[in-house]
Amino acid sequence: MVVSAAPAEVEVPRSADNPVSDKPWVTIVWNDPVNLMSYVTYVFQHVFGYPKKKATKLMLDVHHKGKAVVAAGAREAMERNVEILHGYGLWATVKQDK
Amino acid sequence: MEPFRSVRGGGARVSLAAAEASLLRSLVGQVMSLVEPDDLEGPGSSPEPGEDAELAALEAMVHGPGADKPPEDPVLARLLPDGYRDDPEAAGEFRRYTEPALRSAKHQAAQEMLDTLPESGGRIQLSQDQALSWLKALNDVRLALGVRLGVTEEFEEQWGQLKPDDPQWSAFEVYAWLGAVQESLVQAMK
Repeated sequence: MVVSAAPAEVEVPRSADNPVSDKPWVTIVWNDPVNLMSYVTYVFQHVFGYPKKKATKLMLDVHHKGKAVVAAGAREAMERNVEILHGYGLWATVKQDK
Repeated sequence: MEPFRSVRGGGARVSLAAAEASLLRSLVGQVMSLVEPDDLEGPGSSPEPGEDAELAALEAMVHGPGADKPPEDPVLARLLPDGYRDDPEAAGEFRRYTEPALRSAKHQAAQEMLDTLPESGGRIQLSQDQALSWLKALNDVRLALGVRLGVTEEFEEQWGQLKPDDPQWSAFEVYAWLGAVQESLVQAMK
């Protein structure tokens, strides 16, 4: 992702937990060089209803680690997420979280 | 262009010069024809002008599931990516059942942007739904151009290394401008 002329304000929570990691299927978003950081954060807020802090943390994970798990649950729900995220131009995939 | 501004109730407004409007229309139109489903272009099956994406989706449904291989064109492959990594079978299955609808959705967002973007530019006010379509359509244009130009996260350096008479220089300039337009719209929609 890229920082654009008007960078989004970022707050990184120090002790972010990941309450979803024990579920079997996950939605992963991968880093790409085109999508704006502010846009990715907006999409996470808009699609998943995540508060800004969580959306920003996930966006930064994608940016710095190359990918992030953004949701977990039933396979069909994860496939639906990926379909929606592809509609927004994010690079997303489904995976079984073994 | 002046930056987008928020509108009470969730939309956004902007003022565009005629040249900017016509550049945006041209780029969005190109992406639109790129994502058009192949099987809807044949004789007898192409939708009449004015028919909407819902009908296209219905036609795609009637035509049966779509392809199971990623498109060969790298731009299309980025606009319509695999839903699974390292699992070609699952990726193929996913693509068969989602790609026609994804193409329709992208086509529809592009159409909604064109419908609300006069050739002559001027003051444009968008509802929240229309602004969302603009965001998606602008992002698809940036993805397409970014892939064609081989843009990396070091975009500024890539651009800086080009001489102004390089044919790609102005494409990088357009790409940078599109980023500023999209950024301003994201900020207005927060």
